[in-house]
Amino acid sequence: MNAPVVLNASKLARFYAVPRGAFKAPATVKALAEASFTLEAGKTLAVVGESGCGKSTLARLVTMIEEPSEGHLMIGDTDVVNADREALRKLRSEVQIVFQNPYGSLNPRQKIIDALAEPLIINRKEMSAADRKAAVLDMLKRVGLRPEHANRYPHMFSGGQRQRIAIARALMLKPKILVLDEPVSALDVSVQAQVLNLLVELQESLGLSYLFISHGLSVVRHMADEILVMYLGRVVERAPREKLFEQPLHPYTQALLSATPMADPERQRERIRLKGELPSPFNPPTGCAFHPRCPRAFDKCKVERPELRWHGETEVACWAVERDEALVATQAG
Amino acid sequence: MPADRTVTAAAPTVKAPPGPFVAFFRDFSENRAALVGLIILSLLVFVAIFANFLAPYSPYEQFRDFVRTPPAWAEGGNSAFLLGTDEIGRDMLSRLIFGARLSLFIGLSVVVASMAVGIVLGLVAAFAPGWPSIVIMRAMDVILSVPSLLLAIVIVAIIGPSLTNTIIAITVVYLPYYVRLVRASALQEKTRDYVTAARVGGAGTLRIMFKTVLPNCMAPIIVQAALTISNAILEAAALGFLGLGAQPPSPEWGAMLASAREFLQSAPWIVTEPGLAILITVLSINLVGDGLRDALDPKMRRS
Amino acid sequence: MPLLEIDDLTVEFKTASGQFRAVDGVSLTVDRGEILAIVGESGSGKSVAMLAVMGLLPWTATVSAKTLAFDGRDLLTLSPRERRKVIGKDMAMIFQEPMSSLNPCFTVGYQIGESLKVHLGLSKSERRKRSIELLEAVGIPDPERRLSAFPHQLSGGMSQRVMIAIALACRPKLIIADEPTTALDVTIQAQILELLVSLQRETDTGLVLITHDMGVVAETAERVSVHYAGQKIEEQPVGPLFADPHHPYTAALLAALPERAKGKHLPSIPGVVPGQFDRPPACLFEPRCRFATDRCRTKVPPRQGAIAGFALCHYPLTHGRPIGHPNPEGREVAA
Repeated sequence: MNAPVVLNASKLARFYAVPRGAFKAPATVKALAEASFTLEAGKTLAVVGESGCGKSTLARLVTMIEEPSEGHLMIGDTDVVNADREALRKLRSEVQIVFQNPYGSLNPRQKIIDALAEPLIINRKEMSAADRKAAVLDMLKRVGLRPEHANRYPHMFSGGQRQRIAIARALMLKPKILVLDEPVSALDVSVQAQVLNLLVELQESLGLSYLFISHGLSVVRHMADEILVMYLGRVVERAPREKLFEQPLHPYTQALLSATPMADPERQRERIRLKGELPSPFNPPTGCAFHPRCPRAFDKCKVERPELRWHGETEVACWAVERDEALVATQAG
Repeated sequence: MPADRTVTAAAPTVKAPPGPFVAFFRDFSENRAALVGLIILSLLVFVAIFANFLAPYSPYEQFRDFVRTPPAWAEGGNSAFLLGTDEIGRDMLSRLIFGARLSLFIGLSVVVASMAVGIVLGLVAAFAPGWPSIVIMRAMDVILSVPSLLLAIVIVAIIGPSLTNTIIAITVVYLPYYVRLVRASALQEKTRDYVTAARVGGAGTLRIMFKTVLPNCMAPIIVQAALTISNAILEAAALGFLGLGAQPPSPEWGAMLASAREFLQSAPWIVTEPGLAILITVLSINLVGDGLRDALDPKMRRS
Repeated sequence: MPLLEIDDLTVEFKTASGQFRAVDGVSLTVDRGEILAIVGESGSGKSVAMLAVMGLLPWTATVSAKTLAFDGRDLLTLSPRERRKVIGKDMAMIFQEPMSSLNPCFTVGYQIGESLKVHLGLSKSERRKRSIELLEAVGIPDPERRLSAFPHQLSGGMSQRVMIAIALACRPKLIIADEPTTALDVTIQAQILELLVSLQRETDTGLVLITHDMGVVAETAERVSVHYAGQKIEEQPVGPLFADPHHPYTAALLAALPERAKGKHLPSIPGVVPGQFDRPPACLFEPRCRFATDRCRTKVPPRQGAIAGFALCHYPLTHGRPIGHPNPEGREVAA
């Protein structure tokens, strides 16, 4: 638990103005609000949630594709919000990203060797062409591809191989943090296992920190050290992996766990049924955003938004959990 | 990636998937009309390049004794002038051959010029969403709202009739098509993950515009270019016909048509031959353009 | 007599670089009131086989089969006109992308009414009544108002419910659901699967569930047919399949699931599914199989009996050990 913190977000938020036709004022969508977390060196922090929960926005903020609307983001010792151009340029090579769809994330008109060399050409201008080529070939070997693959175009590779290439490209600048935005959800099971193994190996050998974004809980359970569960732009629960899977506190986490299909026909379980659809981020519910679908919602949830509070090793934002705790406390007292 | 797959070496050799160029040519040549167009076009290009050696006479030389001689196969024809002579005794074949050079030159220069300017303006419009985009796109709308030939006439009338000015005028006329095309495909490509990946890798906007996005927008641009060549040739011929393009002694096909129109009844070949030349050239280029579109456009590609 | 009977179905596509066999000698049966899952990775031909049954393949495809019978009628000899009468009425299909399966130009009510009109010839008021019933059945709140909604006003889950309502409109005997929940969020996926299964129970229809998700299979299916590179390589009831897979591919596929993993390292399957240009001559899984021998490389594997899960393999597994294999430990295949 004493590993150095490589990424520290506090109250990170991102709002978008969405135009609503010519005669209305644009609406503000809070894609992400008050996200606070830390990522330690060599660890994996997973972000779980359904569409519209803000996990992709989080990825865009951490990789500095977009600037946060509010809050602070520290990468290493530098605050991204106040950093000057030169510092930002340096920071950019510390955080790299791997996308979900390996078919869209590689430039179809660029040979693999050029795609991998590009970050070096831009950021390591002092590097000689021969050194660059050596670095590219070395990285290809590292992700399980052969040197002769270097001169091919992306369309000649399968999905799994492309994802290896995307990982190799992300690693060219020797980043400390890798944002993995659903890196295996577009892949077949057998290939998914290959890529997950590669990610585990790379993390061990290079000491990388992963921000692992996914909607698949079984993959998250395999990869993560700590998990953030998000719903409609907010973190609702944050817990170490074992804790979250054995004793999920937030009703949404519980529902998510019970809804995830498990490859075990013998497993009989009570399924928590969630009513209704995901609400629109344009018009989020009052109070706790989850209350219209929550089986445990009561009056307070409709009016007041719960804040994240510590409950043992878990941080959770839920009035029902707080009520339980208060009840236990009075009974004990 | 198994390292121990030596066994497959012994297995019967399997056909490798075709490379991109082979696949392109296969798709292209599947279209017979496009292939015919390509053959005719190559012939035309060959003729245009080697006009000096192929033409029997100079295009300007006047044979006063052989004014309005019909083609060799017609009654009263002369085998020295295969396609006959025009109203002041110039060899039609030589004029047509040199005319091919002119027409193709006009077509190519227009395409290169409007493509180059169009790409730059289109990319700027796609990547600078504020006023630069608005200014560029509204200017293009204005150009598009004037009938193209009328616009070309106006431009030539202002800057004066000459071959260079014809090219400039037609370039302006075709510019909006490129700008819109480039902007539309650049906007689409811009949102793809590989562009974001390049940005995360530290690439600046200029690099992303020209090195990352542009190569992926080239297929529709090339198709548009092929189709523009033929239109530019037609437009140049029309301007020449109106006396606003290449000026009389030069063997431009449109100008040839115009100067001979009074002989339509008495010496029909002087008018029909340049007309046919225009027709064949434009047709062959259009066929090649269609073939290119079928082969390059991913939406129409069959799996 | 089974509801749907497929015997030795082969589908070949004409491509620019030669014939490509997408489905290779597949035999299947589906009974009334049964849920059959067809599992496979991309390129396994699982969707193509069912599209062939529906007659929805493009003209480049050549379909051949010994038997292709639905509800006692031979689909192979049926004229296209008669076939269209069967499809959509007695046999319905639900697709993966609910958003693009609905026509954006027409209201939900119109699209449900369309098949009621074509197949059942109901009058306008009857259609409206039945449409409301159907929307209620698939759990859409306020069905009367939703009838006049356009697809873009619906969320993904709602659109999929509408698709199910359309599929159910003519009380079909068989529903084919092609990855019906892949495009949906987890909590919505659970709702839709539950809905599909409960409707299937109520109406005693046969349900073919095409999917790549082993979790979905485990929780919904009764019988599972595993496909690889166009072939059916194993078929078992769901319990035994997960407990004791007989084909090495099924075994490897299950072992590669993160939720079944024991350590940090997943036992992955090396290599990729063979494509058009690298199809092995005998067993299609041989290049990736840890139990492959020379026999697998030269001799086409036999179809095993029911006790070995109809596995298409020379050495079917029992409890992870290949029967009759010279070296039961297998080789280590580099990933």
